[in-house]
Amino acid sequence: MATLLKEVDAVCIGVGFTGSILARELTKAGLKVVGLERGANRTSRDDFSLPNVRDDLKYAVRQELFQDTQLETVSLRHTPGETALPIRRLGAFLPGTGVGGAGAHWNGVTWRLMPSDHNLRTHLESRYGKNAVPAEMTIEDFPVSYDELEPYYDRFEKLLGISGKAGNLRGAKIDGGNVFEGPRQNEYPNKPLSMSMAGAIMEKASRELGYHPFRAPAANMSNVYTNPEGVTLGACEYCGHCERFGCEANAKSSPQACILPVLLADDRFELRTHANVKELVYDRQAKKVKAVRYVDLRSGEEFEQPAGIVILGAYVFNNALLMMQAGIGEQYDPVTGKGALGRNYCYQVSGNNVQVFFEDKEINPFMASGASFGMNIDDFNGDNFDHAGLGFFGGAWISAGTSNGRPIQTRPVPPGTPRWGRDWKKATAKWYNHAFNIGASGCNYAHRENYLDLDPTYRDALGRPLIRMTYNFHDNDYKLAEYVGGVLGRIARAMNPTTMSSPAVRRGNFNVVPYQSTHNTGGTITGTDPKTSAVNRYLQAWQADNLFVMGASVFPQNASYNPTGLVGALAYYAAEAITTKYIKSPGPLVRA
Amino acid sequence: MVDETIPRRDFLKGAMVGTAALATGSAAPAAGQTTAATAAATPVDAEPLLTLTAVEHAFIVAAVDTVIPADELSPSGSECGVAAFIDRQLAGAYGMGARLYRQGPFPKAKPELGYQLALNPREFFRAGIESANAWTRKTYGKEFDRLSEKDRETALKAMEDDKAPFPGFSSRMFFDALLQITMEGFFADPIYGGNRDMAAWKMVGYPGLPATYREEVRTYFGKKYDKPPRSIADFS
Repeated sequence: MATLLKEVDAVCIGVGFTGSILARELTKAGLKVVGLERGANRTSRDDFSLPNVRDDLKYAVRQELFQDTQLETVSLRHTPGETALPIRRLGAFLPGTGVGGAGAHWNGVTWRLMPSDHNLRTHLESRYGKNAVPAEMTIEDFPVSYDELEPYYDRFEKLLGISGKAGNLRGAKIDGGNVFEGPRQNEYPNKPLSMSMAGAIMEKASRELGYHPFRAPAANMSNVYTNPEGVTLGACEYCGHCERFGCEANAKSSPQACILPVLLADDRFELRTHANVKELVYDRQAKKVKAVRYVDLRSGEEFEQPAGIVILGAYVFNNALLMMQAGIGEQYDPVTGKGALGRNYCYQVSGNNVQVFFEDKEINPFMASGASFGMNIDDFNGDNFDHAGLGFFGGAWISAGTSNGRPIQTRPVPPGTPRWGRDWKKATAKWYNHAFNIGASGCNYAHRENYLDLDPTYRDALGRPLIRMTYNFHDNDYKLAEYVGGVLGRIARAMNPTTMSSPAVRRGNFNVVPYQSTHNTGGTITGTDPKTSAVNRYLQAWQADNLFVMGASVFPQNASYNPTGLVGALAYYAAEAITTKYIKSPGPLVRA
Repeated sequence: MVDETIPRRDFLKGAMVGTAALATGSAAPAAGQTTAATAAATPVDAEPLLTLTAVEHAFIVAAVDTVIPADELSPSGSECGVAAFIDRQLAGAYGMGARLYRQGPFPKAKPELGYQLALNPREFFRAGIESANAWTRKTYGKEFDRLSEKDRETALKAMEDDKAPFPGFSSRMFFDALLQITMEGFFADPIYGGNRDMAAWKMVGYPGLPATYREEVRTYFGKKYDKPPRSIADFS
């Protein structure tokens, strides 16, 4: 029997970026907020300090900071007709756990979507014709346009102190910034990071080809930065230990580094760690989530925490799981196309890359920041190029640079080199400091057969069914990958390297083993129709007006961009709706 | 050639002597000149073992020394502590299946679904080494560690190419796991027992810790970073 606790104004499920932002905004509005975090507390001082924070084996390889699959994982099948099997060891993606969530161990790439990513379906239909989008491509518009969200992107960028250079300031295009981005009202809060050799080579080659190189926006501080919360972040040391690691210098924005210090100092906020939310207590009649039930993982005791407002800020999979279990919406069915929950699960078409080798250039890959230690182009991203006759939509951001030189995982050798033995040693010693990668991160547009539901066989440590992922790449993804692979080859040859690999192109089934990206999206998508979306434009559940769902699980499809920038902007957008509208007049904020 | 009449324990003792001899010698054998005799004298870690049996340890030493042979670039894998690393890893949390979802059922699966066996890494290596030695006994008449260097290379290549039939799981799967843990041991921070004297980091020019390059990222732009590496122990 769960112990019934005293009701609080609001409860946040998960204390990562979204949970911290919502808790901060709600406590500022005077509410008492409880944060329930399934993992342990983590602080930069105690958990991310030198020298052990540089332990490559512990963090990068043995996955110290990630979700423990012994407790929770997801299952995968490639098509609806197959039997799904559990992902027993994390590989392709690495969800976080513990205070700070994946925000503690990300690389720091912080994009905005382009305007045409926001109104994707409308944009493609108006440019290519009403019937241009294939029936199985179940893409939608985000209900919130780029212009509407711009101030919230700005707010999130200022919280994090993003390093970058504007390419479109109030409509004026600026060379050296991303000329394809939507109009920004303000310059980035922090200057671009130092430049790497790889980035310099990329800049020259892509300019020669007539492309528009720019520095990707980075949550790695080029300079010491004090954010609007009054929290000061340190300057990046270019240590090459961002992704998979915490930052000892508070120079990579994380919930710990930029918002938790003020939130934890506020009496209106209470953090409960080791509190694994097991289920939502849903009142179907009242259309409210009355309470959340959680297990204290230290004792096994169960608690029921009633709350006026419930913020669901877990990772994509647990957001979907908790809503599906409680029945807050209808399960999506790929045969009928009906149902909202689980719909439009998307990922990222990554894994396209080419390695370039320069005998005469010292790359020093170990001096790096996680994000933007190179140069990007968006000339082949989204709908920035004409897709007429190409047979696919979308594109990729393309980047050349280095994010680390940690040698367990990063030691490029030219094609044809054996994987071991004397010749491998010679090639590894020769090329370690003389190579880098040109990579691409591709859009992944929703497909009718890609979705989430509950696994009928496999269960997590709390006895709940695993989320079952039915997912594979489809025609659009393969064609996109081939096209982008061609561009990568062109750029690589323009760099005039000593030698290069042939461009690797995403082919075959989705494979859970090699890391691709932790950019899982969809399953509880935002939209204008309660029949096909789980939450409205304010991320408020259509079927439970006091439930607000954060994170990339609300994306109707995945643009090429890393999701955190949009996740943060939507969190601020939803927070404002809650504090200015919902608190005053609780109820649906959008008429169904 | 290795005299197969020498009992294994004596053989291992002989290998220890080999360690001492190599440590005082200066020149590593040149590529291609390594004879079966020097292969047999491959140094064996002096540390007591945590989990590997003597037979398994002999296999691991021979394997890591084939994957990472001694040459002018670095000492051999086992001299760098890679066998000790593997013993410790398999004895610890990783070997026992940390961060591995282990609920059944465990049906045969396509490789894109990743690891789907009921075995934890310790059990997997136990089974894999057994299969590898059974296969080399059948193919060459002796266990893997008793093969000449050339035959060890050929045998590992056969496993890598999945041409050595193993019961249960493929030889390629075993080889990939062996290669992965060998590289982990070679390149990880020396606190785990491998990468002794930061030999692997010196080989590639990875400077290790503290990795604070705020100024260096500009002053060493396009220049070789020539500082000797340091590791966690240097800052503890």
